[in-house]
Formats: sequence, C-alpha cells, structure tokens
Amino acid sequence: MRAVGGAGTAVGSVARPLRMARGTRLSGWVALYTMSILAALVLSGILVEATGSDWRPVVSALLDGSVRRPGRWGETLATAAPLLVVALGTVISSKAGLVNIGQEGQLYVGAAIGAYFGFLIGGPGPVNVALILIVGAAGGGLWAGIAAGLRYWRGVPEVLSTLLLVTVGGQAVAYGLRWEWLLLAPEGRRGNRNQVSEQLATDNRLPRPDLFGNELPLTVFFSVVLTVIVAFALSRTVWGFRLRMLGRNPRAAQRSGVSETRYGATALMLSGAFAGLAGAAMLTGGGFAFGNYQFVPGFSANIGWTGLLVALVAYEKPLAAIPVAVVFAGLRTGSNFVGSTGVESRITDVISGLLVLALLVPAAVMFLRDRRRARAAATERV
Amino acid sequence: MADFLGAVDEIFSSEATYLNGALFAAFLAFAATGEWVAERSGTLNISVEGMLLGGAFTAVLGYHVSGSVALGLLAGMLGGMLIAGVQAEMSHRLAADQFVVGLTLNILVFGLTGFLENQIAPDSTLAGRWEIPVLSDIPLVGQALFGQRWPFYILYLLIPLSWWLVYRTRWGLELRSVGENPQSADVSGIDVNKRRRQSIYYAGLTCGLGGAFLIFGHIGRFEDTIVGGRGFIAIAAVIFGGWTLRGTLAGAMIFAGALSFRLSIQGLGYDVNNELLQALPFIVTIAGMAVFSHRVRAPAALARPFIRGLR
Repeated sequence: MRAVGGAGTAVGSVARPLRMARGTRLSGWVALYTMSILAALVLSGILVEATGSDWRPVVSALLDGSVRRPGRWGETLATAAPLLVVALGTVISSKAGLVNIGQEGQLYVGAAIGAYFGFLIGGPGPVNVALILIVGAAGGGLWAGIAAGLRYWRGVPEVLSTLLLVTVGGQAVAYGLRWEWLLLAPEGRRGNRNQVSEQLATDNRLPRPDLFGNELPLTVFFSVVLTVIVAFALSRTVWGFRLRMLGRNPRAAQRSGVSETRYGATALMLSGAFAGLAGAAMLTGGGFAFGNYQFVPGFSANIGWTGLLVALVAYEKPLAAIPVAVVFAGLRTGSNFVGSTGVESRITDVISGLLVLALLVPAAVMFLRDRRRARAAATERV
Repeated sequence: MADFLGAVDEIFSSEATYLNGALFAAFLAFAATGEWVAERSGTLNISVEGMLLGGAFTAVLGYHVSGSVALGLLAGMLGGMLIAGVQAEMSHRLAADQFVVGLTLNILVFGLTGFLENQIAPDSTLAGRWEIPVLSDIPLVGQALFGQRWPFYILYLLIPLSWWLVYRTRWGLELRSVGENPQSADVSGIDVNKRRRQSIYYAGLTCGLGGAFLIFGHIGRFEDTIVGGRGFIAIAAVIFGGWTLRGTLAGAMIFAGALSFRLSIQGLGYDVNNELLQALPFIVTIAGMAVFSHRVRAPAALARPFIRGLR
C-alpha cells in the first residue's frame, strides 16, 4: 500500500494493545495541552515585553477584572451564559454535519426582533420577558431558516449563506434602529444618543439574585440547564441519534429513513434559534455589560463569533463548552481592566486569539497520530 | 425624482466616480484573485480579512523601517503570507477546522495590528502617481485605469499571472483537481494538502499586496478599521463570480461600484438607503447563488477537509 509512505515513523507503537496505551495517551494529552497553552501565554508575554511594558500587571489586571475584584466573577458568568447558549446551538448544527458560521447575525437579528415585539406588546413583567425570549429565539431561527431554505431547496452551501447573512442582518437591524416605528426610541427618551431603542422597564428584566456579593442573572442558571438538556437530547434520544447519523454518514441516514431536509433544516434553524435566544437573554438579563437593557448598534458585541469558537474549541461536546465559555468570558471581562495598566487593552484580543489557536493544536496532532497508527495497523494486517 | 436622476447622471459622468471606483475595485480584486485561486483548490479562507489587514500593517511597518515603498510592498506580501501560513499549516497540515482558524486569525490580527500600531505609531506615505502616456487621456476612465499610483499597476500583472497559473500550468491543473476530487487526485500521486497550502500561500501573497496597495495606493496611513469587512466582500465576489476569474473580477467591480456610488450620492447630499446599499453585495451574491446554483458549480470539494482514508 502506497498510502503509508510518509507515515512510517509511528509504526513502532502500533502493536501495543489499546489498554496499555491509555495511560500514555492521557499524559500525552496533558503534556500537549500544557505545552501549547504555555506557548500561547509566553508569546503574548513576549509581545507585551517587546513593546516596552511589563507582563505582570497585565495578568494581574486580567485576574482582577475576571474574578478577583468584588462582583466580577458574577459579571464573568453573566457573559459566559450567552456564549454557552450560542455554542449549544452550534453544537447541534455541527452534529448534523452542517457548518453554521452566522451566529453573530442570528443573535443580532433575534435580539432585535425580540426587542421589537417586547416594546410593541409590553405586557406585564414575566410574561413579556418570556415573550421576548421566545420571539428572539424564533427570530434567530427564522434568520438561519433563510440559509436552511437556500440549502435544501436551491443547493446553496450553508457555509456561504450563513456567513453572508451576517452582514445583511447587521444592516437590516441598523435600518430598524433609524425609525421610531421600528426600534428607535422616541425623541425624549434617547438621551444624547441617536440610534438606541427604549430601555426595558424594570419589571421586564430578568432578576439578578445576589450570590456572595455577585449579581448572577437567571440566564446563567438557564444556560446550564439548557446545556444538560442539549447534551441529553443529542446523546440519549432517537432524535439526537438520527441527527448524529446524518452528520456522520448522510447516505446511511438517508437509507434508514432520516430525511436530510427535515433533520438538517431543523438543526440549522435550532442553531439559529439558540443564537437568537442568547441575544434575547442578553437584552433581558445581560445588564450593563450588554447595552444596559437597551438595544444599541453593535449589540451583538462579537458574542456570536466567540460562541462559535467556544463550540469548536470544545469539540462539539455540550458539557465541555461550559468551562470553555467561562474562560472566554473571563478574558472578555478581564480585558476591561487591562486598559488601566497602560498597555493597550487590545492585547486581550491577541491573547484569546493565540489561546484558541493553541487549544486547536493538541487535538489536531493527536488526531493525525491516531490516523497514522490506524493506517499502519491496517497495512500490517495486510 | 428628476433631481435625483440628474444627480445620478452627474455621478456617472464625473471622473472622480471612476477614480474612486477603480481604487475600491482594485483593492477587492487583489484579495478576490488570491481567494479565487485558494477556493479552486477546495479551501475557504475566512481569514482574507485578516490577511488584508496584516498585509497593510506590515507594509506600513516595512516602509517605517526602510523608507522605501517598494520594500513596504514586499513586507506587505510577507505579512500576508505569514498569516496565510498560520491558516494553511493549521488547517491543511494539522487537521484543525479551517473556519475556526480563519475566524480566530481575523480577531487575532485585528487585535495585534491595533495593539502594535498603538505602541509603534509607524510613519506612512503614498506612492508616486504614474500617468501612462496617451492611455491616461481617455475620457472618463483614463485617469481611473491609467493615472493611478504605481502599486495599482501590479494588478495588471497579477490577474493574467493568476489566470495562467491556474489554467495553463501543471500546478494549476493539479490545484483544480484537488478542489474537485481530492480522492482521485490523491490516488494519482498529488499531495492534496500541499497543493491546498500552496494555494492559501498564494492568497496570502495577493492579499498582502492588496493591503499594501490600500496603504500606498489609496489611503496613505494605517488604521485598524481600513479594511472594515471588505475581506468578506472579496469572498462574496468569488462566489458571485461562480468561481471563474472573469466572474470574480466582475463581482469586484460591481461591488466596488456600489460602494463608490454610495459615497458619491451622499456627497451630493442625497439620502439613499445606506443600509441597503451596504448589504447589497451580500444580497446580490446570495440571490445569485440561489438562482444560478444549478448552473454555476462550486469546486466539488469546496470547504471539505481532506484526510487520506477518511473521506
């Protein structure tokens, strides 16, 4: 077999039985992760030092901003919640073999539609909150539904359409923010800003119970519950099984009666719905970090993009997405404090970018190594 | 209404419109040409945005250090290729997901250039204007096509070169086969992921040039917002063009026209629907894909990673 040509180096370890390999595998994982994360951090440190600043205050500010100062870890968890919800949606569509990269737009559009109906109807407190959340999810789902429709009726790859729809959605919402009959607040209530919606009434906000001196919005608890539900649905239900089958082997799925159109479109729309839900949750429960209960331009604030990264870094495992989301949220909340050290706060973008790249390396390396071993083993048998 | 049509007429008969349009179009064309090559090999690089921004920044840096525009251009190319290198090696040597890598690179480069620009504050400049004799005297479009700053003219070499590489060399044939049917290409002895990496490097090169052109041929200084999402428009142009070079360039020109029309009409004090005009390239591309999806065919393996023996 010609195929093995360049892969001969790994052959030595093939004959080893799988049970024995397990311990070395685990330590291999740990070593690889430690090394690559360290490399990312050291690289960021070098960057800070090279531009004539000290790295220690930056780290200290990051920790202050994300956990150490009073009230900060509540803020971090509040930021992690929408990230987690977006990531959950992404997990669903990825399991079905679809690549949705338009969460940013779905979140933005969902939140805008939720806000619109929230202000339009303005019912009594809790009812209206629920309405905003549901309508927001529906809005995000419909926005992803455009991509789903194009995918299954016209054969347009969803990778491209979801990406392109991000900008379209952003502009559509920007249009909405220019007119009072859509989202813009009436003249007297805008303050001196020109493109903001009204503020949600106090009884239209999700409560933020106080826990050890930290305000924790209910979205945090909801998102964890949602994670468990999604994890269960994907791994323990017929629906989840069919979805995974569709992702792993579409042809086999088709043969066993799983409608690609139905399941695929559902997965894509659910993914959008989760993004929309995250947006609506940011509006009703996000607090100061997300526009202070108002819909403002740029409301989505990269939560959609970051949530997508969370899902992919967590390797499409719902439960693994929780810690990843918290880490990314911590970098975000921590970055607010970095500015005070005199180092440009944009350094946190660099750190998180390098971290993502570092987190990608170990799994990719291990995957390739496994493939090589499997192929070598296959040739040996021949 | 007649007023408005008069204004439109005024825009279309003024040289400035074409001059601006050509600048926008050239910038998009630099990026789109490279991305076209990369997509023909079956890769989809979201990181075009990052490559453009990175190229622009390293170009400024190159000029800051050397004081020469030519060396600045070279630095821009290297910068673009550096980012392309991360994209290519991570997603087509290691098996990391190309969209994660691309998105991350965009964020990373945006942060990094902003950070470094703030710390270094490099000098910058505009390149000299070259008037091509006779041709630049053509009414309306003469100045736009033949009276630009000199980095503009690199495009006139780059486009035929890219066409020749993809359609007339063995490398290009292999590249296209890798984009259409990687399994067969692999069996016939082509290193699929190597060709893909090379195509991404090429995209990095042209995007780096594009970024450098933006600095030396158009704006003259660096800000982290100068690219401002136009990398995505370049990707849209490739898709709009149905993965042909002609179509890609046509897309770049049409989208650039829309951008420049928006600026001109606002300059004349008319309030057109700004949001619609901004979203137009994307809507047109989506609609185009929906309508022509059965006639226009994307490279069959577009955005599908190749791992031997697995897919």
